Amino acid sequence: MNTTTLRQSRKSSTLIQTSLYRLIRVLKKNLPLYLFLVPGIIYFTLFKYVPMSGIVIAFKQFNLIDGIWNSPWVGFGNFIRFFEGVYFWQIMGNTLVISFYKLIFAFPAPIILALMLNEVRIAWFKRMIQTVTYLPHFISWVIIYGLLIVFMAPGDGLINGILKEWDLPAISFLTEPSMIRTLLVTTDIWQSAGWGAIIYLAALAGVDPSLYEAAVVDGASKWRQLWHITLPGIRTVIMLMLILRLSHILDVGFDQVFMMSNALNRENSDIIDTWVYRVGLQELQFGIATAVGMFKSIIGFALVLGANQLAKRFDGQIW
Amino acid sequence: MSAAERLVYTGIYLVLISIAVVCVFPFLYALSVSFTSASEVTRRGIVLIPEHITLSAYYEILGSSLISNAYKVSLFVTVAGTFLNIFFTMITAYPLARKALPGRQVILLYIIFTMMFSGGMIPHYLLVKELGLLDSVWALIVPGLISAFNLIIMKGFFEQLPEAIDESARIDGAGEVRILMSIVLPLSMPIIATVGLFYAVGHWNSFFDAILYIQDANKYPVQLVLRNILLGATAINNENLPEVNDAVNPISIQMATVMVTTLPILFVYPFLQKHFTKGVLLGSIKG
Repeated sequence: MNTTTLRQSRKSSTLIQTSLYRLIRVLKKNLPLYLFLVPGIIYFTLFKYVPMSGIVIAFKQFNLIDGIWNSPWVGFGNFIRFFEGVYFWQIMGNTLVISFYKLIFAFPAPIILALMLNEVRIAWFKRMIQTVTYLPHFISWVIIYGLLIVFMAPGDGLINGILKEWDLPAISFLTEPSMIRTLLVTTDIWQSAGWGAIIYLAALAGVDPSLYEAAVVDGASKWRQLWHITLPGIRTVIMLMLILRLSHILDVGFDQVFMMSNALNRENSDIIDTWVYRVGLQELQFGIATAVGMFKSIIGFALVLGANQLAKRFDGQIW
Repeated sequence: MSAAERLVYTGIYLVLISIAVVCVFPFLYALSVSFTSASEVTRRGIVLIPEHITLSAYYEILGSSLISNAYKVSLFVTVAGTFLNIFFTMITAYPLARKALPGRQVILLYIIFTMMFSGGMIPHYLLVKELGLLDSVWALIVPGLISAFNLIIMKGFFEQLPEAIDESARIDGAGEVRILMSIVLPLSMPIIATVGLFYAVGHWNSFFDAILYIQDANKYPVQLVLRNILLGATAINNENLPEVNDAVNPISIQMATVMVTTLPILFVYPFLQKHFTKGVLLGSIKG
């Protein structure tokens, strides 16, 4: 008994030795490559993982003087305060409703655009339309807001100028709560539809042309070809993009909403992210703002994991 | 082609033309407004194309130190930031593209996890504050040094490079640094252009990080100055300008600032379009 244990332990110690030796050899052999990785690992640790540990603030009554570690613990107090607060339903509602509108209206837009572009046989015309529709993707939300002002400002905007010409009352598009969601969705389409079409155009280019030839021989009309060949051909890509989109259902587009929402239309435009910014960094209620941010991160994380599981069934992973 | 199909095709072309117009018209109209004088607006009401082009809005904004300062900040952040972004993304992506490197999967997972979970806005703000980066232009560069998304795109590109090339270099006794600099780098120019433009446009267009981290108005990037001008929070007071007899409309000043801020993007747009299209396809489904 004793001897076997001894033998075993000796055996395991040599095992440790050899594996340690092997580890050193591997490290030595790949040393330059590992050195390349050092700054990257430091970066991700410091700027991504350290802030993750900062979510302890969510369980504290944080104040700047005591700092993260000395502020008093409040358990789930911040979360409870948030869930029971009057603003909870408002910001959750806004986040989900705006996201849902974008899903319904902005998700199909690039698909439709790609389908139309795919029918264009004149190469220069197709290229021109693509060049022009990609452009808004590179424009910041600040600039887009500027372009909104020139059309929609109550005093000197173009649309209100025309209304005035016709003796109609001015519309305050940018501050009217009932307008903001429509504006968010339409500007989102304006900015991203052209760009989003790229991936569908690539998928369309991959559809086997012999299928169309066979369909023509069989006397199928253009509509039937669209329904039976084109759409099934890009179905996988559409499904993957949809799943990806659904996993980001809580990401409404912070820069956009932050730029376009204001005190007057806030009841319909205040989303989780803008609320976190206002309450956390303007009103300095760090605890509850971190708790809400964490709540969003956790749901987002679960959604991404779920989406990847779902995507695996459609022969493709998201990452 | 049947008559009905011909009609559908005509419809498609017309719709596409209108979409193109909708994409471009706002810029043209904003440009026109930036050239229109106050007196012409008073006289004519709606002005689509000004009869007299006046540059006074541009004199006004370009003469003020606010815009020129902000331009310098944005240029610095975009140029220096993009350079550092590319450098660090490359040296991180290069080893991770080696399938034989032990520990590769773990490190990759460590990085990918940051794409899915984040500590949120407040802890990030507190970290930058703790590091003493508040009110420093570096706060606009360092926190976003490596984008996990761009890293994965670049890693994907490196993986596609033929291994035989660097193997033969290794037999010839070249070190990893030599291989990266003199073999991989020249072959990677397309992906460096793509990823570099992703980073550069991101830097130029970003404004929220400046709202979070920069208090000192002398360090504001252009997007933030434009935002303040659009929201009416900042007025351009240009004392250096000689008295002009034609007052400038506030909206002309706003649109002139919009134009000046958009210009660099339009300038690099031909490159953007070419390389970005490749990038979006590389990065879309699989990294």
